[in-house]
Amino acid sequence: MNTKGRFGKFGGQYVPEIVMPALNELEAAYKKYKDDAEFQREFRSLLREYAGRPTNLYYAEQLTKHYGKAKIFLKREDLLHTGAHKINNALGQALLAKLMGKKRIVAETGAGQHGVASATVAALFGMECHVFMGAVDVERQKLNVFRMKLLGAKVIPVSSGTGTLKDATSEAIRYWATNITDTHYIIGSAVGPHPYPTIVRDFQKVIGEEIREQIKEKTGGLPNYMVACVGGGSNAIGTFYDFRNDKEVKKFGVEAGGRSDAVADNAKTLSGTGEPGILHGAYSYLLQTDDGQVVEAYSISAGLDYPGVGPEHSYFKDAGIVDYVSVTDAEALEAFQRVSKVEGIIPALESSHALAYLEKLMPQTKEEETVVVCLSGRGDKDVAMVAKALGEDVEL
Amino acid sequence: MNRIEKRMAELKAANKKGIYVYITCGAPDVETTLEAVKQAEANGASLIELGLPFSDPMADGPVIQTASVIALKNHITLSKELEVLREIRKFSDIPIVGMGYINNMYHYGFEKFVKDFKEAGMDGIIVPDVPHEESGEMRRICAEYDFVLAEFITPGTTEQRMADTCQDARGFIYCVSNNGVTGVKKVDYSVIGGVCEKARKFTDTPLAVGFGIGSAEAAVAAAAHADAVIVGSAVVKRLLDGQLPEAMQLIHHMRDALDASYSH
Repeated sequence: MNTKGRFGKFGGQYVPEIVMPALNELEAAYKKYKDDAEFQREFRSLLREYAGRPTNLYYAEQLTKHYGKAKIFLKREDLLHTGAHKINNALGQALLAKLMGKKRIVAETGAGQHGVASATVAALFGMECHVFMGAVDVERQKLNVFRMKLLGAKVIPVSSGTGTLKDATSEAIRYWATNITDTHYIIGSAVGPHPYPTIVRDFQKVIGEEIREQIKEKTGGLPNYMVACVGGGSNAIGTFYDFRNDKEVKKFGVEAGGRSDAVADNAKTLSGTGEPGILHGAYSYLLQTDDGQVVEAYSISAGLDYPGVGPEHSYFKDAGIVDYVSVTDAEALEAFQRVSKVEGIIPALESSHALAYLEKLMPQTKEEETVVVCLSGRGDKDVAMVAKALGEDVEL
Repeated sequence: MNRIEKRMAELKAANKKGIYVYITCGAPDVETTLEAVKQAEANGASLIELGLPFSDPMADGPVIQTASVIALKNHITLSKELEVLREIRKFSDIPIVGMGYINNMYHYGFEKFVKDFKEAGMDGIIVPDVPHEESGEMRRICAEYDFVLAEFITPGTTEQRMADTCQDARGFIYCVSNNGVTGVKKVDYSVIGGVCEKARKFTDTPLAVGFGIGSAEAAVAAAAHADAVIVGSAVVKRLLDGQLPEAMQLIHHMRDALDASYSH
């Protein structure tokens, strides 16, 4: 086994030869700039001035009262520019792309949040931007599609395969392979071939680093529990990474339980029937058939219905560093409404999965304990979808 | 020496260029696949690339993606692929190399895959989503079973990488003519020509050029620096459109044009 870019046995570089020079170029550039003071200064400055970091670690008093157990803190990634944690990675990668002399950004997107973030940074850096999005997702996330267009990006609906995130990812890779010399591919999650999972994690780990500082300031210690939702797993890896060696902090990655436990009815890659396999460049847990065909993942949330998962999460699962669990569509929908009503915050459907897990977690906690939930994105983009699910008519 | 090496040696001795014909197993149906293999050989194909359908064929363009979807709808599993191979071996001794993605083989167990597919009549495998860096264990297994594992070179492959891949190459080297996926049109073959010339410094293994070869003219241009050309999407498209005779005509034209241009 090639040991480059491995998290335990997971990860690697399973890509066509045509892509290898670009991965090697990216790896070399990242190595060069990772610890470069000027790069870090510029990245930090963009995060602060443009994206709005640090984000608050908000003590959710009403939600805490609601459960009457441990104190609940929400890491407010939803308050970032473009409305989700995705901007952290997009800014870092666009900066890398600029330094590598690339003229064009290509990205895949599920819910559209990463597409919006990529279109945003492309606009900021004056680069061309092509976003591949599953045709099904284009339909259920029309507002984000229009947003990307406003930002000057070209949105390309992908109807091959199942017309969702995995197909958009394959198509983005194909486009990248065809335009490899002048194009940088911004992968939106902690997935893909090495060095992507490492780069995305490094650009997202600021979430956990801030939590450590902030919770110390507010409670004087470490949190007892941390919860984040997991699709590809970028907000979760960003949240957990800094705490990976803190065994006393119990960490929960919440996957989409979807409609049921039946095949193709959920996205329970780590918490369900996934087995190690290879998709989109990495060896990681994967929802697949007995014949090794990738199974369609399903979730009410377009950002979670990915049949694979970032390789570092597979490693965290096997090493017992994070517990991977799931909540259903219905539970996530309830949490979406509950947090809106109780706390006055409309969370993204993705983040609602993390919040829904509180129903199971809170009864086991004690009043003197603390729980940190990563509120990875805001729910405005999901309002129409939720209205439909609840049978409300919101047609304008 | 397995069928691939034997066939390439024969072609070289006869001063002829090879034609590798890609056919997706089970698209539009198994009967067409079997008939296409039979007729392709009669029309001048030197080797069959049997496409093993995968749900997420990252290196393939729209035509082969569509063929994969159809084949999977037709319930083409690995065990069905083994049946098709055994059927082919009843009427043909043409070299057959599988083209498929690593997850199917990994899930089946790579060694078991090589053993079972070799037994059923396959001579080698092309796995486009495994670059040289990740194929060490696979190379070891393939060598043990006298099964060809195709190496890749592309216009972007550096000399250092080329030295590594060529050193381990057996059977043939798959030279990707351009940046991109299968089924592209209008390719400038002079680029891969230069790459082929470079590769010759490192290896005597035959070179096969693929991606974007859809006409007799393209085949002649692509073959200038190579030992064989690979035709895929152009054949598969005709098969999917129910045009088996037209697909065979294309192969026939390629054979004639290559023989006219290069055999003296």
